[in-house]
Amino acid sequence: MKKSSLLVTFVMLLLITLPVYGQNRQVSDDEVNAVAKKLYCPVCESTPLDVCPTQACADWRELIRTQLSEGKTEEEILAYFAQQYGDGVLAEPPRRGFGLLLWLFPIVAIVLGGIFFSRYMASLRETAVSEPVPPPSTIIMSTIKTLTPEQPTNDPYITRVEEELKKLD
Amino acid sequence: MIADIGYLSLLIAFGLAVYSAVSAWYGHRKNDLRWVESARNATILTFPLVILACGTLVISLVRSDFSLEYVWRVSSRDMPTYLKITALWGGQAGSLLFWNFLLAAFTAAAMARKWDQQRQLMPYALVVASITQIFFLGISAFIENPFIRLESVPVNGNGLNPLLRHPGMIIHPPMLYLGFTGFTIPYAFAMAALISGKLDDAWIRTTRRWTLVAWLFLSLGLILGGRWAYDVLGWGGYWAWDPVENASLMPWLSGTAFLHSVMIQEKRNMFKMWNMFLVVLTYCLVILGTFIVRSGVISSVHSFAQSAIGPFFFGFIGIMLVFSTYWIIRRKDDLRSKNHLLSFLSREAAFLYNNFLILAILAIVFLFTYYPIFSELFTGEKGFVGPTVYEQALAPLFAVLVLLMGVAPLTMWYRTSLKRLEMGVRWPAAATAVFVLVLFAFGIRSWGALVGFGIVGFSAILTLLEFWKGTHARMRKGEPLWTAFSNLLARNRRRYGGYWIHLGVIVMGFGIIGVEIFQQDTQMRLQAGASLQMGNYEMVFQGARRYEGPDDLLITEAAVDVYENGRFIKTITPRIEFYTRTGQTMTIPKARSTITEDFYVLMVNWEPTSANAATFRVFLNPLINWVWAGSIIFIIGTLIAAWPNPIDEKATQIIRRPVSAHATD
Repeated sequence: MKKSSLLVTFVMLLLITLPVYGQNRQVSDDEVNAVAKKLYCPVCESTPLDVCPTQACADWRELIRTQLSEGKTEEEILAYFAQQYGDGVLAEPPRRGFGLLLWLFPIVAIVLGGIFFSRYMASLRETAVSEPVPPPSTIIMSTIKTLTPEQPTNDPYITRVEEELKKLD
Repeated sequence: MIADIGYLSLLIAFGLAVYSAVSAWYGHRKNDLRWVESARNATILTFPLVILACGTLVISLVRSDFSLEYVWRVSSRDMPTYLKITALWGGQAGSLLFWNFLLAAFTAAAMARKWDQQRQLMPYALVVASITQIFFLGISAFIENPFIRLESVPVNGNGLNPLLRHPGMIIHPPMLYLGFTGFTIPYAFAMAALISGKLDDAWIRTTRRWTLVAWLFLSLGLILGGRWAYDVLGWGGYWAWDPVENASLMPWLSGTAFLHSVMIQEKRNMFKMWNMFLVVLTYCLVILGTFIVRSGVISSVHSFAQSAIGPFFFGFIGIMLVFSTYWIIRRKDDLRSKNHLLSFLSREAAFLYNNFLILAILAIVFLFTYYPIFSELFTGEKGFVGPTVYEQALAPLFAVLVLLMGVAPLTMWYRTSLKRLEMGVRWPAAATAVFVLVLFAFGIRSWGALVGFGIVGFSAILTLLEFWKGTHARMRKGEPLWTAFSNLLARNRRRYGGYWIHLGVIVMGFGIIGVEIFQQDTQMRLQAGASLQMGNYEMVFQGARRYEGPDDLLITEAAVDVYENGRFIKTITPRIEFYTRTGQTMTIPKARSTITEDFYVLMVNWEPTSANAATFRVFLNPLINWVWAGSIIFIIGTLIAAWPNPIDEKATQIIRRPVSAHATD
């Protein structure tokens, strides 16, 4: 009986001292900000928590400081806020559930868009085979281009400049 | 009394817009030009009437006539006069009235000019522009009426939102609104071309400069907004991918795509349908952008139901989208191009790659911006997309876009041989490799930075070479360097103005990479006299004082000495502004600014009673000023491109003469 009560007292003492022991750790502002950067409070639109001047956001930062001093990791703190206030406070939506769609969209958009776009380009190109040749002047231009690519006159703009200057003479 | 005159003229303007739409349509149907002329006069007349409405509201603001709810809401007695004037766009109802003013100005200017050359397009352009006016004037007159009176007259007003008391915020909204409203003109003429079936590039020639001017103002608005955020919002950056910012970025993106693809239509008579689509998209994004900014729908779906204008905007966008799509589909056979793409390596293909990339960026920005709404609709929980998500998704696309920007000018219309392209990029690529090696030798180890700087550097070399090639060609004909260069710009404004804009983007690119990758920051509580070190800089906190500013403002100002490499540079005064009436706090940063970096200091907290200590947030923003320098180059380039070209004007007049002679027959 006496022995067990001693044990309970000891455990209780341990429980009381543990957080106190943890709180002794000084948490710098930079450590707090590193976590706060990844959070947005639901009231201050689009202002990251680390630089938001409102009192509510200052309170949140203090909460982060306390949790850090208790030895919680960044993930745990972010999870805490997400659980308390919803995923909307996270700077990056979680990569699961509905949030996953957001992460997949850019890849899907570019791949699908790319396929569609390249097929469209190819179709434009295919029909081009039967197309009557472009205006004669441009054929001459492109022949000049392919025959003598190093000639400086192969730039249509420069040719135009020369024609223009010739007219002035 | 004066406000009643304003409201009356707003009502008359609304009536005239309705009359204009109806009589332009009727006149065209009956082939009676007098009705169309009358419609045009009515449209032009809306402009002075809306000026009158704005003028009376400004007078009420300056006189602090708090019997008007709007005046009470956005101003207070002791506000300086210039802020009382700019409070015209400091709130919802006033902003919409101001929007109407700009819309009327653009529409009147567009209708007053260009009349004779475009007789077939004008009636329809009048109808479409008037419908837009009916919508916005109707919103102002009946839903968000700035002339509504309060039952009893309060002694003093609420005062202007502190965020809007900064000079940057005074000119930023008008610029954006000018950009927004400006895009109505190309849309009206595009729709006119569709409805009238006159689908040659007349509408493009008519609206080319309007588009460029609208785009110029939109760019200016975006840049000023970024600068304002950097100077006033105090979070060390200039762009936060905020829904309101995105709302103006999206029409800018589709407008940019249009400005590029329109050149294919002018040169090769291709992609008419695509250009129509881009104009319609830009217009809808403009209306949607105004709607987002004005209704607050992104912050919560519920504010949509609460906001009086929400459903109207939504309905209007829907109607215009259906209306535009109907006409595009109806004319799809006429829009189909008879010319074809001859090669994947050609100027027209390069423009298409550009369009693909820009639209991909637009699609991603669109989805991310509206993600909170989708999330709330489907999961019931509010979602949020922070800047890091945007950056991860968009950085590769922007990188490819900048690369394309450098290489595309080497391509030619119709087709370009691969060999020619290779020859064009060979030496620039070698120079870029050397540049990257030098960066590596100077200790830059970040892969993102090396690849990013490499791509931007490569495009920089290629773009500068374009200027050199043109100048050199003129110099060989005996022109001295400077004459050759200025003639090059003057003779081909659009092309070299365009390259000049590219150069601006490149300089901005260097800055963006610098800030994104190399930004450092720290936060520390300093006793008076204590110091903090970052990079080559040291700051010493000398102390702070608190004093009363104008109006309800309480200012706490710190004196911070900045040393660079141990040498005293200057004292900067970051401050905390507290607006006692609304309880809002703003932290105004101050910076030591150089071409290489900004040493940017924010005071986040001051403890006067306890210890004369303050907490500072300090940022080191490398190359940030390149972003602003690039912006200035960008704007100059746009001005070069948009400036009237006497040679072009003469040429188009010669072409037009027989056409207009025929039309008057």
